[in-house]
Amino acid sequence: MSMKRNSWKEYQKEIAEDHYYYARSCIRQNFFPGSEAAFLRILQENLSKDIFDDPRHTSCTGIGYHSDIVPLETIMTVVARQFSLMNAAGYENFASSCITSFGIYTEILETWNEFPETEERTRENLWKATKREFVKPKNLAHTSDIIFHFREEIARQAKYRLVNARTGEPLKGVEHIGCHYAKIFPKSGVGGAEFPYVLAGMIESWGGEVVDYPERRHCCGFGFRNYLVQANRGYSVANSQKKFESMAPYKPDFIVCNCPGCTMFLDKWQYTIAEMEGTTYGQDGIGIPVLTYEELAGLVLGYDPWDLGMQMHQVNVEPLLDKMGVRYDPEAKYLGKNGKFIGAPREAAVNCFSGERLYRIQR
Amino acid sequence: MGKYFEMLMEDVRLKEGLTACMNCGVCTGVCPAAEFYNYDPRQIVNIVQGQDDDEIEQLLRSDTIWYCGECMSCRPRCPRGNTPGYVIQALRTLSQKTGLFVESEKGRQQLAIKRIVGEHILEKGYCISPKLVKPEAHPEQGPVWEWIYEHDEDVFTRFNPNYNRAGAGAVRRLDEQTLGEIREIFRVSGGQEMFDTIERHSERKAREMGYDGADDRYMSDVYRTNSGNHH
Ligand code: SF4
Ligand code: SF4
Repeated sequence: MSMKRNSWKEYQKEIAEDHYYYARSCIRQNFFPGSEAAFLRILQENLSKDIFDDPRHTSCTGIGYHSDIVPLETIMTVVARQFSLMNAAGYENFASSCITSFGIYTEILETWNEFPETEERTRENLWKATKREFVKPKNLAHTSDIIFHFREEIARQAKYRLVNARTGEPLKGVEHIGCHYAKIFPKSGVGGAEFPYVLAGMIESWGGEVVDYPERRHCCGFGFRNYLVQANRGYSVANSQKKFESMAPYKPDFIVCNCPGCTMFLDKWQYTIAEMEGTTYGQDGIGIPVLTYEELAGLVLGYDPWDLGMQMHQVNVEPLLDKMGVRYDPEAKYLGKNGKFIGAPREAAVNCFSGERLYRIQR
Repeated sequence: MGKYFEMLMEDVRLKEGLTACMNCGVCTGVCPAAEFYNYDPRQIVNIVQGQDDDEIEQLLRSDTIWYCGECMSCRPRCPRGNTPGYVIQALRTLSQKTGLFVESEKGRQQLAIKRIVGEHILEKGYCISPKLVKPEAHPEQGPVWEWIYEHDEDVFTRFNPNYNRAGAGAVRRLDEQTLGEIREIFRVSGGQEMFDTIERHSERKAREMGYDGADDRYMSDVYRTNSGNHH
């Protein structure tokens, strides 16, 4: 353990204190819109920070870039436009809500540095296309870096802790960093590529215990084209399964992810594996709840789980809420706007205790 | 030095991603694609550094270069500072520019990605949005996603009243000026040209394979076909 502590400290990155330009993520806003809303609320209400939510920024096009249909010159110009919008709004600290985007921004800034002609061409392209110019950000952070930076303040305001309310034991959390957080440029992430500490730091500060398991650094299996194209999805589920098999013996109470894509895959592939093979990886024969770090912070701060959007998960989060002693209204889970009930999703094997599950499958 | 190697060297990712590979295989050891497919990044890097045009052309026509998941797990581990994932990106770009991508099953899938993700970027400004994730094409998304898909307005407006509308917030509708700027960026920086190139070669290949062009049937086959010969 002590080796790890020293190692992550070598990779302390600078994180701005205030005044952020917020860049949303295609995947996070699509699958975890409550997390993005919670991030803004935590910064503004709990931490009294200034953050600008600009309606004019777009996707960074990173999913297209990493599935190779969007050329490097094009994504560089899209990124340059985001920086230009940030300048126009009067900000210099860029906060990205997505690991793929964060990887893209770090890689492009480094490439401009190393190959200045690529920055020159980007400036020309941006001007030709939009008559815009840009100044590079002074500080670039992933949104989890910001939560990590203020984790002790969040702990001070905690309403709940990552502790089993009945036994007083710390809850066990698996953290999944997402490959592009620090494997592209290790110095861009808290803790670097080998001992990333960004999520582990949150878990520890909020009372939980981090699970160390053999496949901790393995990819979730997104693999861009390997998920986007139906014929290739076996790659994606096989890699997630490798992680589940490796973490299950440590009996984690939850998984928390850095990247919205990983959060979605580790949630949905547990459902798929349970339906296909009848295998579940959590305790009591059910799935392991998979959370975003915004949701984890929100729960600790006492936010309502349905305001956090946790009803959008396929693996039920209630077992974790119960362990933490979170008070919530089960009846309010599937309410739509104006509080009207809009029906509940069908049951799934991943959420049923083993006895019940066997019954359902046989039926 | 062959013409393909020269074309590859025009890509900064190749300059950055390949200096001298010593064939140690560390990249292959950590590679999730190598575990799943008959795929060996070490070998690809070695072929490219050999600069032999015929061998590089074989790669450009093959399924092999399309297996990588671009996770970049190989990047921090290579003792020589190479990035096999970058080499793959340069090879894929060249395979599309030269039209050779349509000669392999996995390469032909680029049409599906262009039509699903690519066109969505130009139309909405996002790589994906909720209505793109159709439950029938995504059974793995499960019943909760079906519920969200069916009640998207109710579910999303709880977090953002501007869902699919003008204003800020998650899955807002982007304004016309913004979308116009994105389309113009694609036009001047080669993105649109790449899309057109993918369509053009797919059309040619589809006819060669007996389809009436790159129509819905071809698109659907490309999206779903897995010959099972990849392991
Ligand atoms: S790890 Fe680096 S040096 Fe070793 S085979 Fe891979 S690319 Fe070559
Ligand atoms: S980027 Fe590609 S070659 Fe490198 S480890 Fe990931 S899947 Fe393997």
